[in-house]
Amino acid sequence: MAVDVLERRAVISGIGQSQVGRRLGRSDLDLTVEAALAAIADAGLTRDDIDGLATYPGGAMGGGPFAGPTTPDVQDTLRLRLNWHDGGGEGPGQIRAVFAACLAVAAGLARHVLVYRTVTESTAQGSGGRVGIGQAMGAAGAGRGVPRFGGSFQWMLPFGAVSAGNWLALVARRRMHEFGLTRHQLAWIALNGRANAARNPKAVYRQPMTMEDYLSVRMVSTPLCLYDCDAPCDGSTAVVVSHRDYAADAPSPACHVNAIGTALRGRPSWDQFDDMTTMAARDAAASMWGRTDLRPHDVDTADLYDGFSILTMVWLEELGFCEKGESGAFVEGGKNIALDGPLPLNTSGGQLSGGRLHGFGLLHEACLQLRGQGGERQIAKRPEVAVVANGGGPIAGSMLLTAGRG
Amino acid sequence: MHGAAEPELGRPGLGRGPAVRVLPRLDDANRFFWTSGADGVLRFLRCDTCRCYVHPPGPVCPYCLRGELLPEAVSGRGTLHSFTVNYQPWIPGDGPYAIGLVAIAEQDDVRLMTNVVDCPEQALEVEMAVEVTFEQVEDVWLPLFRPAGRPRPTAAGA
Repeated sequence: MAVDVLERRAVISGIGQSQVGRRLGRSDLDLTVEAALAAIADAGLTRDDIDGLATYPGGAMGGGPFAGPTTPDVQDTLRLRLNWHDGGGEGPGQIRAVFAACLAVAAGLARHVLVYRTVTESTAQGSGGRVGIGQAMGAAGAGRGVPRFGGSFQWMLPFGAVSAGNWLALVARRRMHEFGLTRHQLAWIALNGRANAARNPKAVYRQPMTMEDYLSVRMVSTPLCLYDCDAPCDGSTAVVVSHRDYAADAPSPACHVNAIGTALRGRPSWDQFDDMTTMAARDAAASMWGRTDLRPHDVDTADLYDGFSILTMVWLEELGFCEKGESGAFVEGGKNIALDGPLPLNTSGGQLSGGRLHGFGLLHEACLQLRGQGGERQIAKRPEVAVVANGGGPIAGSMLLTAGRG
Repeated sequence: MHGAAEPELGRPGLGRGPAVRVLPRLDDANRFFWTSGADGVLRFLRCDTCRCYVHPPGPVCPYCLRGELLPEAVSGRGTLHSFTVNYQPWIPGDGPYAIGLVAIAEQDDVRLMTNVVDCPEQALEVEMAVEVTFEQVEDVWLPLFRPAGRPRPTAAGA
């Protein structure tokens, strides 16, 4: 290979996750500390060993229940002494924070980087503190005036296109037109997630779901129904990214970073992207495969972003698990993506049933499976290669992880 | 088109948009666009050198990086690249309304997110021909789109 794949110098040496659930009533910092200390201990380290810290999105998006605590908050709470630190909301998906950590480790800027992603959206919803655009508009009804928007939001919000669910419904409808995608096919992303969630004690929705349930639940934004949209939750996920030199000393099997996908070659826009049926997943996936000799048929399990079911369909195609336009047929019936199928998909239940841990839950699950620690949902033939993808629309990042066993 | 026969729990009677319209903040770059409908005409920036239309507005032609960008009238016609009917009541009072993504006739990679109005849900189709119609809210003329070539509804018909 022509390029020096620096991210391959990094491993995930430890993973940790806080309590996960609906309306836990715990602070974001409290949840983050729980996840961070678990990850650090899992890596066989103490907080004195941690010399790097990264998160998505940090304070970049105005803080609040979507963002979690900033890196200064976490650094000070744990009294970390850092050689490198990074928090931000722009980049190749939520997983950008992990990519940054890999490159920091490869560059010798840090040796053990704690990376976390924390959400408290469910508790905020319960207390009325999740101020979204809907509430901002509701304030207008109360005579307090509607805020005006510049930037990219000005092209969407005046028309009531206020949610990623609206924007991605446009992707789904276009795919129906071009490829003949049906709701009966799309349903299998939700049904597969729910079946897997039944084996995950931390998943927020575990009761069985049938095709009838899916087809009869209310619409959010056609053709996406409630079960095509992920569930807000509270929780924090943390990983420790270390230099691969440490892998042999780590008490848990290290997950080796094989390649990351970071490209964004189309326009960075929800409405102007050249191909509305793929958007940025196309570019991230292409750049990832350009950095490795592994091929899609080498992948044993996939944890693909399911903030909305349609995104998982896009990732399946763009990562090469089926031809473009054929993900509907690929998932129909569920056999290809089941826990005992050829490509076990979102084995934790994903975000649709597991809860919106915003990308990092999928990363955590990939590591668990590679380590053989999936418990009741462990894939029978322990996987050697996993792919993780985060993001949707004009935001996308993907990575290949290997178990590195012989 | 595909999937239209599948159950989507659709209801008749779409509104023209959300119960409350959040408006753009006007500035020197976007004012021409958001006020263009005052005379019933849609306008986009166009490069005087390479003749490309440019949207959203910016300081330089992103294609040739040379020409000057000036607002220019377009036909107001386009095709519906995709659409969705929003059923989620984001704010109290929201009823279902159609959100469209319209590619303009002059250059199909220039798209507008918009509301499709005067069209029942079951008649919405990807690639259908649409034409602009403006809705004024305060100092902003929002470009909405309706099926092309049909007689305009009477004032009471909306």
